[in-house]
Amino acid sequence: MTYYLDFEKPIQELETKIEELKKLSDGGDIDLSQEIKRLNRKLKELKIEIFSNLTAWQKTQLARHPERPYTMDYISLIFDDFIELHGDRRFGDDPAVVAGVGKIGEKSFAIVGHQKGRTIKERIYRNFGQAHPEGYRKGLRVMKLAERFSIPVVTMIDTPGAYPGIGAEERGQAEAIATCLMEMSQLKTPIVGFVIGEGGSGGALAFSVCDKLFMLEYSIYSVISPEGCAAILWKKGGEVGVEDYAKAAEELKLTAQDLKEFGIIDDVIQEPLGGAHRDHQEIAKRVKNKLLEAIEEIMAIPTEELLKRRYEKFRKIGDFWSLKIRKT
Amino acid sequence: MAWFKGKEPKIEKKVKIPEGLWVKCENCKEIIYRKELESNLKVCPKCNYHFRISAKERIALITDGGSFSELDLDLKSPDPLGFKDTISYKERLEENEKKTGLKEAAIYGEAKINGREVVIAVLDFAFMGGSMGSVVGEKVTRAIEKAIEKKVPLIIVSSSGGARMQEGMFSLMQMVKTSQAIGKLKEEKILYISVLADPTFGGVTASFAMLGDIIVAEPRSLIGFAGPRVIQETIKQQLPEGFQRAEFLLKHGMVDLVVERKELKNTISKLINLFMPEKNERRH
Repeated sequence: MTYYLDFEKPIQELETKIEELKKLSDGGDIDLSQEIKRLNRKLKELKIEIFSNLTAWQKTQLARHPERPYTMDYISLIFDDFIELHGDRRFGDDPAVVAGVGKIGEKSFAIVGHQKGRTIKERIYRNFGQAHPEGYRKGLRVMKLAERFSIPVVTMIDTPGAYPGIGAEERGQAEAIATCLMEMSQLKTPIVGFVIGEGGSGGALAFSVCDKLFMLEYSIYSVISPEGCAAILWKKGGEVGVEDYAKAAEELKLTAQDLKEFGIIDDVIQEPLGGAHRDHQEIAKRVKNKLLEAIEEIMAIPTEELLKRRYEKFRKIGDFWSLKIRKT
Repeated sequence: MAWFKGKEPKIEKKVKIPEGLWVKCENCKEIIYRKELESNLKVCPKCNYHFRISAKERIALITDGGSFSELDLDLKSPDPLGFKDTISYKERLEENEKKTGLKEAAIYGEAKINGREVVIAVLDFAFMGGSMGSVVGEKVTRAIEKAIEKKVPLIIVSSSGGARMQEGMFSLMQMVKTSQAIGKLKEEKILYISVLADPTFGGVTASFAMLGDIIVAEPRSLIGFAGPRVIQETIKQQLPEGFQRAEFLLKHGMVDLVVERKELKNTISKLINLFMPEKNERRH
């Protein structure tokens, strides 16, 4: 059963109709193939129309789609011989972050990413992809391990944010994220990152200090969630609702397309028509191709130069005026 | 004043404190003569509550009189997103400029502490909650670079709500920019003392503020990643007494020292002399 978002209702209606016709056609002697063909064409047109005019809030909903492929899905579709590694060697093992090593052909990769759950039980186990400090520390431990063996690192970003809880604060959530940022900037091995769903604030940023960072077409990356932003800005005038979230999403410029334009990410990976959840195989193929293309380019750069470029890349992000000279 | 008990809350409500002359302590609710509070470094003489102070007051407190020379004071945000909440971001910046007399939420420059040259950056909570956008991130980064260039200790005093929403991802990226610069500073073996004042949260704690070689917090300051309200709404439980206060962080191993305001300058000065003695023969 496909899960449909509100704005996909016209698509749902048409798809249901096509399904019904198919059943009718299979069971009886009426030939409906022409009609089905016609409706399928119409469906494609409808999808193109809806998906080429998505608002920032609609993209946010797609980024959080419950059937969207998660880190583990990409791992199993892209890498062979994957072995997951556990624990931060300090406190525990955080299921909201997965880390391990795998292969593409003859090449090894270390993979670190946030992990959401599919079923309710899984979601609770994965804490909805919201990591604790030990998740970030585990991720960094595996990255450092990869560095020692000159294995490139792939990060997958998909989190509503770092978990806001008592234990997380006691064990230094802020310090864990800050250390990731600092250490990744100096990691002597290539790092390629993908925002595959939700890039929620500092918790997402912690795995995004990469030589190349790509975003999926309908993924988001933001300083704060639209809900959080709306609550802070407009709660004074009473309760906030979906309209406010949509407005905040618009204002925050959190889409892949906006961030590409700002030069904050390197490129956008097109999703299959209707979104990544419609075709896991296809989106995994595209991510894999992008990864291999990026790795080939980065591997040719000597480490020292690579680190210099990585530093420069983040050093120049910011927009400010100095007297009358604008620096972007 | 035992005879006064029972009636106290009622009377307290009626008392309107005139602007200026008297101040009510936010902690013990005591009415304090403003001059007395100011001569006590804005620390409540009754309960030792540390009032928030401005960036300029902080610099006067920590550095030698007249030694501070501010750098890049003209940096301003051009509003990269064209952000509008109830008013436009541009208007909000102007409003904060008028209110605080500052151009942005951070100032930095070169100064001396008991004769020793340092670079110091201070965030001001009064300017948009000390939030970090492009300008704050750039100024902090330049302060770090200046300390590397001059080979002198770096002091950053933080008090901030975190990354500035109105600049979206530009703000979030300042966390990387500042943290990686701290990484360079560490390679150069230059001492970085991070001072956490009330309150320090979000993108500021999750970047340069928690990366200090030495982390010092002011008594009772609220310090954390997520704000207490967000945590409470998430976990739907009462937060423990003293949660996210400086003393709580000390207990959990997150800060080195909790230092009273009147001791702050001397503590920083001592740390500098301990880690980077002036007569240092062997530093390679």
